[in-house]
Order: sequence, then structure tokens, then C-alpha cells
Amino acid sequence: MEKSGSADSLGSKRSSSRQPSVDSLTSTNTTRSDRSAHLRSAVSPDAASARTDLGAEVLKESSRIAEGELQLLPRESVQDTASDVTYICPFLGAIRGSLTVTNYRLFFKCLDKDPAFVLDLPVGVISRVEKIGAISAQGEVSFGLVCKDIRNLRFAHRYQEGSLKKSIFELVNKFAFPVSNALRMFAFEYGQPFPENGWKVYDPLAEYKRQGLPNESWRITKANEHYDVCETYPATLVVPANIPDEELKRVAAFRAKGRIPVLSWIHPETQATVTRCSQPMVGVNGKRSKEDEKHLQAIMDANAQSHKLFIFDARPPVNAAANKMKGGGFESEDAYQNAELVFLDIHNIHVMRESLRKLKEVVYPNIEESHWLSNLESTHWLEHIKLILAGALRIADKVESGKTSVVVHCSDGWDRTAQLSSLAMLMLDGFYRTLRGFQVLVEKEWLSFGHRFQLRIGHGDRNHTDADRSPVFLQFIDCVWQMTRQFPAAFEFNEFFLITILDHLYSCLFGTFLCNSEQQRLEEDLPKRTVSLWSYINSQHEEFTNPLYVDYANHVLYPVVSMRHLELWVGYYIRWNPRMRPQEPLHQHYRELLAKRAELQRKVEELQREVAGRAAVAPPEKAGSPAGSPVQTCV
Amino acid sequence: MFSLGSNGGKYTKPSFVSYVNPEQKGNDALQEKNPVFLPGEVVFCSASPVLKCTHDDLLEGSIMGTLFCTNFRISFVSDQVLLEDVVQPFRNRLYGENDIPLTCVDQIYGDYDEKRKLITNTQMKNKHPNGIIVHCKDLRVFQFSLKLAKEEAAKKIFQGIVRHSLEPKSLRCIFAFSYCENIAGAPETQNKPRTLMFENIVDWMEEMKRTKGNCKLLEINKDFTISQKVLFDRLPQFFFIPTNVLEKDLAAYQGKGVPIWCWSHHSGCALFKTASLPLVQEESFLRAQKLYMERMLNAVAHNYLYAVKAVDLSETLPSIQDIQQSYSRFKQNFLIDNIGEFWISDMKWFSTLETTRWLSIIRQCLHKAVEVVEYLEKENTNILLIEDGGTDLSCVISSLVQLMLDPHYRTLTGFQSLVQKEWVVGGHNFLERCNHLNNKDKESPVFLLFLECVWQLLQQHSLAFQFSETYLTVLSDSISVAIFSTFIFSSPYQRVSSMKTESQTHGSLLNIPSVWDWSLQFDCKSQEFLFNPLYREKSKQEKTRNKNQRPKPIRQLSLPNATPPKKYFFKEETESLRKMLRGTRISRWMHLSDSAQASVWEFYNAWQQKPLDYHGLLLPDLDGPAIRLWMQRYLRWIPEVQIFGGGDITLVNKITSLSQELEELRMELEQQVRQADPRCKSTETVNKSTIRMSCFFPFASCRSGSFKPAIPTSHCDGEMDMGHLAEREDEDTELTDNSVIRGCAD
Repeated sequence: MEKSGSADSLGSKRSSSRQPSVDSLTSTNTTRSDRSAHLRSAVSPDAASARTDLGAEVLKESSRIAEGELQLLPRESVQDTASDVTYICPFLGAIRGSLTVTNYRLFFKCLDKDPAFVLDLPVGVISRVEKIGAISAQGEVSFGLVCKDIRNLRFAHRYQEGSLKKSIFELVNKFAFPVSNALRMFAFEYGQPFPENGWKVYDPLAEYKRQGLPNESWRITKANEHYDVCETYPATLVVPANIPDEELKRVAAFRAKGRIPVLSWIHPETQATVTRCSQPMVGVNGKRSKEDEKHLQAIMDANAQSHKLFIFDARPPVNAAANKMKGGGFESEDAYQNAELVFLDIHNIHVMRESLRKLKEVVYPNIEESHWLSNLESTHWLEHIKLILAGALRIADKVESGKTSVVVHCSDGWDRTAQLSSLAMLMLDGFYRTLRGFQVLVEKEWLSFGHRFQLRIGHGDRNHTDADRSPVFLQFIDCVWQMTRQFPAAFEFNEFFLITILDHLYSCLFGTFLCNSEQQRLEEDLPKRTVSLWSYINSQHEEFTNPLYVDYANHVLYPVVSMRHLELWVGYYIRWNPRMRPQEPLHQHYRELLAKRAELQRKVEELQREVAGRAAVAPPEKAGSPAGSPVQTCV
Repeated sequence: MFSLGSNGGKYTKPSFVSYVNPEQKGNDALQEKNPVFLPGEVVFCSASPVLKCTHDDLLEGSIMGTLFCTNFRISFVSDQVLLEDVVQPFRNRLYGENDIPLTCVDQIYGDYDEKRKLITNTQMKNKHPNGIIVHCKDLRVFQFSLKLAKEEAAKKIFQGIVRHSLEPKSLRCIFAFSYCENIAGAPETQNKPRTLMFENIVDWMEEMKRTKGNCKLLEINKDFTISQKVLFDRLPQFFFIPTNVLEKDLAAYQGKGVPIWCWSHHSGCALFKTASLPLVQEESFLRAQKLYMERMLNAVAHNYLYAVKAVDLSETLPSIQDIQQSYSRFKQNFLIDNIGEFWISDMKWFSTLETTRWLSIIRQCLHKAVEVVEYLEKENTNILLIEDGGTDLSCVISSLVQLMLDPHYRTLTGFQSLVQKEWVVGGHNFLERCNHLNNKDKESPVFLLFLECVWQLLQQHSLAFQFSETYLTVLSDSISVAIFSTFIFSSPYQRVSSMKTESQTHGSLLNIPSVWDWSLQFDCKSQEFLFNPLYREKSKQEKTRNKNQRPKPIRQLSLPNATPPKKYFFKEETESLRKMLRGTRISRWMHLSDSAQASVWEFYNAWQQKPLDYHGLLLPDLDGPAIRLWMQRYLRWIPEVQIFGGGDITLVNKITSLSQELEELRMELEQQVRQADPRCKSTETVNKSTIRMSCFFPFASCRSGSFKPAIPTSHCDGEMDMGHLAEREDEDTELTDNSVIRGCAD
């Protein structure tokens, strides 16, 4: 998060708008600013900001902010400042300046440069602080910060061994890992009020009602109200109408971690459903469960259109089989008649973590031009993205074209299953492609169904080698981005929205992504004690809105999952490289056109009124259509 | 009756005249199923019934019909009327979706009892295959099954197709000659602003005036008197040279080494190109050559401020053969006739692309062009591009440089003028490079390479170009439709001289149309697709501002010069220049220094810091992820990769309709027509929303209603080497550990 002082960029615009304190910190500010910091070194502020997408209006407001000032959030406090620190920037070289550490962020600024060079990041994104080498001849110590957002930062500072004053990086170490240091996360301190309470965005009953539930085949159950059927599931579940609550407990005994098959989505016309669960506890002996078989039969019967059920096992068949040794496994087609099992070949969290590590090597800090494509391929990152999207596509196709219900699971049903069900729902249901609908999707399929964010991200945890960490959610957002690339007018939100979600996945500023399950979140009382990310986002939704959005409510989107159409998300993975220019001139252009249209429409209406005033009869009035209403065009 | 093509082997020399026999067209048996013939088009042979198979080889997708081979194309005429034809929004008037112009055939494979063999013209053709697979230069793939046709007919059509599309032929066999004899000498539509053809002095003078250059016009080749001497045949009729070059210098090395003016920068420095001098061993010749080149460089330097830089392209860019090899590897990846193979190749897609090196060659060209732009723009140095023949890569680089520096060439007519100036009149050997006569050895897609580079610029700066991606794709297709004078000659001299001979034989003045007459290929509606709806025309405001700001027209980026040009140090500079030029040091000038890469980056970064002016200097981003695949051109015919209802085309359409709405509102305001309501129009489009266009619109058809997504068939999972990680469990800590905080390292 480097940021130029006078802040021509997106971030500073936000920082000067309604919620100054919040905005100036969102790590996304710095997405653009890193670049602009670089840009601006030789240019006048006006020139540089004109190039950023948001254009001129940004300028006026942002120029009021003093250069390189640290704007503290509510209840953020400065812990220490070291004045002789060198930031070794891989793009600009060594920069000397001062480093401030607060209980929320790390703030480096260099005022010698004109404009000031600023690096501003929440300590939450740091996954590791390490001392590099010994003290140099100049008496300097080097520190490396490995970040979760695909960059590494390196600093050097003068420091006397054995002196009483501790190195400022020990402070970084302390505040970056509050969990390991028995401190409170900053999310619990931060109490910024917002006009809307984002914790209320997702109401399970309202969402199921939107889907037309309950109906004659599906009922809403409170069996898990006290999280005793399954502690990682939400309190509200939708199950087949003819399966009583007592039976659910027996089904739970046969599913790993008690994660029984429950409804995620129902097709409004065909009643075909997407249901999710964990693997059956088949084991080496091929154990069966009458209740589980009945449960799946009930899921199939709930859809009159088809006499078949597809079970999508996200894993490669070898891994699914290997799970039998540990009591798990997969449904045999003997036991589950009329069910067809399909493996989707998606790899486990360890493979994904390794893939991201390789990707980081390839894109940060520099790209090797001549072998870019083969290097990218060797990370397998896009190949995994392809498999996930392909799996979701098959699910969506079965539900939409095949009118058949599907059951999705992996091993535990909280990683790959969440990816598949949420992506399939995004393809099938236009609601989830709106700004609020997407929030509901994340709240529902990821948060309430117990994707283990705490473990996968390792919030505030020093143990960076933890094998439970994995970029599962990042992959999901990447897949969503791939879809927005292929259907640029079908999503109400923009790229910036996706990047903001990822940045706050790590920042620990909001409570949204803390903890591992709904139960834990309630125990920690997060909705009371922390602010939701959606509070912030919905309070300035224009920032996150795609101006080209067309509401194709009933369109099913089938993305092309061939490598030919997949590409690396440069705007996220390579955003720290100042040479990567954000590619949004089209949106900017469109916004300008919209503004012009509004102006012209206003003029036309004025003239019409004028004429109407003069003539006795007014012209046929097409009143009521506001200037901003989107024009539906053919897709 | 149409046996002319069937006994191909017996012909010693192709005789064109005998084909032109209008009566032949009136064959009754074929009448009803005939394709619509073009003027001068004659059928050689035909076969029926022939099955046209679709891509995935499913019988249900096959169409029964008749296969024709004419002097222009291979044409398949379906027995049934296809509904699809109705919804084609973008049609070519010269050939339809089931037509393959003979010059568009890239390769033909024969299907011999499940074995596929590449048909080469030397191969014995006595045994005809069960089917043929035709790979086209515009990346289409056709599969025809000949099983149902009578053996004799099948044999004839096979031999006819092979003979006319693969075997060497003479220039006069190219369809354009037959075509132009049969069309009324339609005068070229003189639209305004017109494309400068550079075939007369007026166009050249206009261009010189526009760029404010000061070079000397040479008219000595007016009647191609010089070009008639064999070695000069590349020279245009008229051209500009530095004022200090003498007419007699032309003779010294048959025109090689003479700097030919391309374009002048607003600062006064200019871009020249030349063919390099022949290789010699002997010391005395070498010395003479050095002296000569020194004089030429001096003359270029004299053009402005005594600064000159010679850029030898042969040494630093891939050779013509490299380009050809790379492209033939590259294009193979898009000629797909089997879905299984498609998904298998998907796994290694990126590395496959990389090993063809095609994208890397594009990057190298763009890089070189930016380097030259830097000299012109930042250092105001005169540039002399040197290349072996002087008409291949120097055309690529010089046109790219002009495109980046001069917004005029980013308009449609400006771009066409540029192609005329640098390529057509500039003497690019289209005939051999495009291999229209099937003498493979000199084939190389140099012009396509240029279009590729332009496409990269276009996709990076989509608001800066008046023409669209579709325009570039259509232009690249037109190269292999042998109807346009633009792409069928090896030099302006050849064009003029062969037209003269033809006209004499024919008894009236013949004129082969230029590709720029787009109405030949497309109706008005289709021609709209050639324009970029996103193009930002220079506003009136900007125009007037620029007028007032003489002397320099505003092209952005006047970077601080490390050494500001000192006009009053002429003498000293000349002296140092002389020293620099002497002896072996001349070669140092021609090499790319190691720091060139860094310098280009620095130049690009400095430019990137400036506000982007679409009517100013435009540079490409050369980073790995920025150089992309021209998806519309290469993927448009592959059903698996069509995104229905998606792609950038949706954005473009939205912006277009909004712009139209704006225009209507504006009109309404101006004319004060109160009755018309602007929103009437927009309601019309709402109804169309069920039709989903392909992302490769206007090339692939639309889909309405439901359709199946393309689901990968093969995973080839074994190839992905995940090592031991793949075998691990997601959670090593099954069931036991659910706490928020986990212990330290295991």
C-alpha cells in the first residue's frame, strides 16, 4: 500500500469523502496509489490524476488533504515512529523516510520526494516478519515483510543490538499477530458508525423466501438452532419436507463433521436444486446409511422433472478413494440408486497454496517477459481456476438444461464445495450478480456454511507455515472475476469491489471474515462488537458499481472455461507493479457518456416543457423515465 | 464439360484465357444449385452429393450439397436452405461462409481410410481420398466427405481442388485479372476524406506538406524507367530523398543504400528507410561501401540538426524465415477439427503459444518501433532504417512508428494511406510473401505481423483508433482474397506493367479494384462494423487550441532533453559526426546497445506518467501480460470458445447505443423537433435481448433460446504434477480441532 501524499488516486478520493477515516486506510486505496506514487514522481499532480480512471473530480477534493499525513481511524493509536528507515522498493529503489506503527497499520513516508512517497498498509496483511542477514557495516538491519496480498516489503534501519530501545519491527511483529500475542484484533476496537448495518444484509429466511421456500417439497428447519446437529452449519437449514428433524441427526452421523445435505438453491421453474454436504462416512468396509440414502432420494423426489440425481464430488477420484482409509469416501451407485457420481478433479488446499506461492514468485516483483506464458502455466493457477469453473459450469448445466437436482460435496464440504455451489448459483441466478446479491451469496454459501476463514487466512496468527492456510476464497473471487471478464455487462459490481473484498479479507478492520463458523461468530458477538465490511461498501456503493450493468435477471451465464479465455487477473496479482496500467478507460468513457446523456435529456425536457407551456396541448408525455435508467440492449 | 481442372497433371502451362468462356456458365444440370458467380468466375468442376461435416464429426450436423471448384473459389452449395443464413448480420459480398477463395487455402488433408495425409502438390493424386479437410488462411476449417459422390466425380473434384489451390501458377491465373475484365471499369468511389494512393505526385506532395518535411522529390522513375532494370524493381514511381542525395547516387548500388523518406516528425527530424548494400568480401569494395554509407548517413543527418541514427533491422529482428516458421507453428493451434484435441491442447495452451514465439516476435517489433519513436520524439534524431531488401521489416517498423507518433494514421483513411505509402507503393512483395502463386519458398506473413502489432495497440488504447478490431480482421482476411490489386503484386512496377499488358490484350483500360473500396465486400450496414464506436474524435475545442499553438502541433511528451539541441553548433557537430562515422565505428551505430531495453522502459514509464492523449503519442505496453492473443481473428470459428451473450462486444454495443442516443438527443435539441421522443428507439432493442451474440461478433452466428455450454471433455489430470501435496488430506486435524487459534508450527 504505497500511497502518494497528495493522493490523486481512488483511495484519496474516498478518504476525502464521507468516511474519511475509513477510506484512507482501505488497502485498495493504495492499489492505484502505488502506481501513482511512481507516476507522480515526475509529473504535476493534475496530470497524474487525470490519467487515473476516476478523472478530474477526484482532484479537487483530494488536493485538500495534506501531503503524506497519517489519518488515524477511530481508536487507532500510534505505537512508535522510527525516523531513519529505508524502504527498499523493488520498483523505485531505496527510499529513506520514517516508519510509523499503529495498532492497525504500518505507515511509511518519505517527504524528500516530491510528491511525498507513502506506503500505508494494515498490519493484518502481513503474514511474516523476518530479519534478513546480520547487521551491515553501516549498522543497519534488514527486515522483510511477507504479505498475504502478493507482495513482499523490505526495509532497512539503523538499530543497535543490545540497546534498550526495541526495533520498530518488533512492534510490527506484535501488532501484526494479535492472536499469537494475546491482543485484541483491531476489528474489535474500530467502531466507525455507518448509515447501514452490514450485518443485516443477509437474512436467511428472507433469502429462502426470495427463492420461494418453504414449498411443498422443502421445509425450513430450526433443528440446528443450537448448532448441535452440525456445529459448522448455520442455524437455519432447508431440507426435504418429508425428512423429520430426528432423522437429520442420523444422517449427520453418516456425513463427515455432521454436514448433512441441505439446499443451497432451487430453480424457480423446474424445482431442480443445488444441495451441499460433506463426504459420506463410507470407510473401507463400504458402510451404508438408510437415512442418508432416503435423504438423497427425497432430494431427488422433490424435483418432479427428473428421475435422476447427480452427485458431484469435487475431488479427484484417487483422493476420494483414499479417504476411505480414514472413514470417508463417496457414494456408491449401488447404495444410491438413480444417482450418478461425477468427480470434478479439483485439488486440495495444499496444492492450491503451493500454486499461489509459485504464482507470487512469477509475478512479484518482476515479470520475466520472455517466459511469461510458460512461467504462468507452470504455476497451474489458472488450471485450477479452470477446473473449479468447469465444475461449477457442469453443475449449472445439469440444473438448468438437465432440470436435474445435484448434490455437491468434497471432503468436509466447506472449501471446494463452497466454491462450486456459489459459482453455480452465480451462473444460475441473476440476483447474486447484483452488488447486494453477491453479499448475500458470500454471507450464505461461505460465511454461514462455515468456510473456515480464520484457519484458511490465519488472521493475526504468527504461524505462517500453518498447513491449514489456503487461498480457497481468493480462488473463488478470481473465478468471479473471470466471469465478469467474460460477461462485462452482467454484473452490477466492478473489479474494485472484488479487490476491496480481498483486501479486507486480510485487513482485520471489519468483523466479516473473522472466525470459522456462524456459531463462533455469535459466541464472539461479532455483529455487536465489530463493523461489517458491507456497512462500509453499501454506504458508498457507487464506487463499486459497474456503470455498464444490464440486469439480465433471467439469464443463465455459461462462461467458457477453456484456457483460451482465462487470463491472469493482472489488476489484482500484479497491481503493485507500477507499470501495470489499470484497464478501465471504457468504464470511464461510459460514465462520461451517461453524464452527457443526462444533461441532454434534461435540456430536451426543458425544451419540451417550454413548448408545452406555449402550445395548448402538451406533447405525448413519456414521463417518469429518469435520466439514469439503464437502456436494455441485446446481449 | 468441366473437365478442365480434373486432369491437372497433364497441363504444362496453365492457360488462363481458355477458361473465360461465358457460355459454360449456362449448364442446365447445375443451374439450380449453382453458387452465385462473380463476374469472370468460371466453374472448373463439381461433385454431388458431397457431405459437409461439422467440426465435431457428428453425422447429424452434416449437410448434403454440391462442391464446386471455380477459378476463384471452392464452393459448397447446400441442398437445403439453411435458416442460419437469415440471421447473418455481417456478410461478405464476394464469398459466403461455405466458400473458400483458392488463394485462401492453406493446407489440404486427405482422409485415406481413417488415415490423414497432408496433400502436397507433388504427391500422386491418382488415389482420391474419402474426404478432404481444408485449412484456410483465415483459420476456417472445412471437412468434406466425398464418399457419397460417384467415384469419377469425386476424383475430379479432388484433383481439381488440389491443382487449383496448391499447385504453382502464373500471375495471370489470379482471379483478379479475370474479374476486372468482366466488371465495368467502375471508377473508385472518391469518398471524403479519401485514401491517398501515392500513385501520383499530388498525394506525395500532400503528405510532405502535411508533415512539414523538406525532402527532395524524385521523379526519375516516373515511367518506371529505373524499375525496368531488374534490380530496381522495388522502387516506387515517385519518392522523396534527402536534399543532399544526388540522382547519380541512385545508380551506385542499384538504388540500395539510398535513404527513402517515410515521414517527418513535427520537430523537423525524419524517418527514412533503405535497403542494405550487398555483402562484399574484398577490402576495397568494403571501403567504398563504407564511404558511400557515410555519405548517405550524412545526407540524412543534414535533414535536421545533424543527428542521425542508423537502425539495422536485419540484425536485431527475426528473419523473414523465422517469422514464417513461427507463424506456421502458431496458426496450427487454431485450425481445430476435433473437439477432443481441442481440450487436450487446452492443458498446455500457454506454453504452446509461447513455443511458437509468435507473440514474442510481435513484442520485438513493437519494442523496436518504440525505440525508434524514442529517437524521433525525445532526441529529435533522424532515423535511417536499414534492412536487407528494405521492404519487409522496415515497412513494419516504419508504419508502426508513424502510427504511434501521428494520430492521422489512426483514422481509417489515414491508416489506409499509411498502408499504401509504406507497403503497397513502398514495394512490399505481397505476391511472394502471401504465396498467391504457391511457390512456397518466399512466403512470410510480414503484413499480417504488422496488423498483429496494430491490433495490440488497438486493444491497449481502444479509444484512439477510428477503425475497429473487425476492420483489422477483415483486412487480414482480404489478403488472401485474390481480387484486390493491393495484395497481389510484388511491386508498383509489376502492377503498372502487368495492367498495361492486360489492357493492351483486352483492348480497353483495365483496373483491378483496391481493397480500400470496401463496398465491393460489404454493404453499407456491414461497413459500419469497420468503424470503432469508441473512437474519440478530436473535439473542436482541441482542434482550435492546436491551431493556435503553433509552431509545434501538440503531440504529447516533450520530455526534458538530456542534451538540448544546439542549433548554433553546426560545425562542431558535423566534425564529431564525421569522427563517429569513420571506420568500424559505423557498425556500432547500427547495433542495439545493451541499455536499449532499459532506455525503452524508461521512455515508456515517462510517457505513462503523462496524461494520456488519444491524439498524441501512443505507446504500447510491452510487458508479458499486455501482449495478447488476437482472439477475434484466431478463435472466431471455434464453437467451444464462443461466449454467447458476453465478451467485450457487449460493452461496445452498450456504448454504441448510448452514443447513438446521445446523437439523437443532440439532433433533437438542434432541430427542436419536439414530437420525436428519444426513448422510442430504445424500446425496440429491448425485444432483441433474447438473442445472444457471440463474443466474436460479427463473425460467429448468434444464438437464440437455449444452448449447451462447452464442457471440457478431457482433464488429463495425470499431467498436472502436484507431487505429494495432492495426496494429503485437506485437514490433517480431522474432527478434533475447531478452535480459533491453532498451535504453533508442526
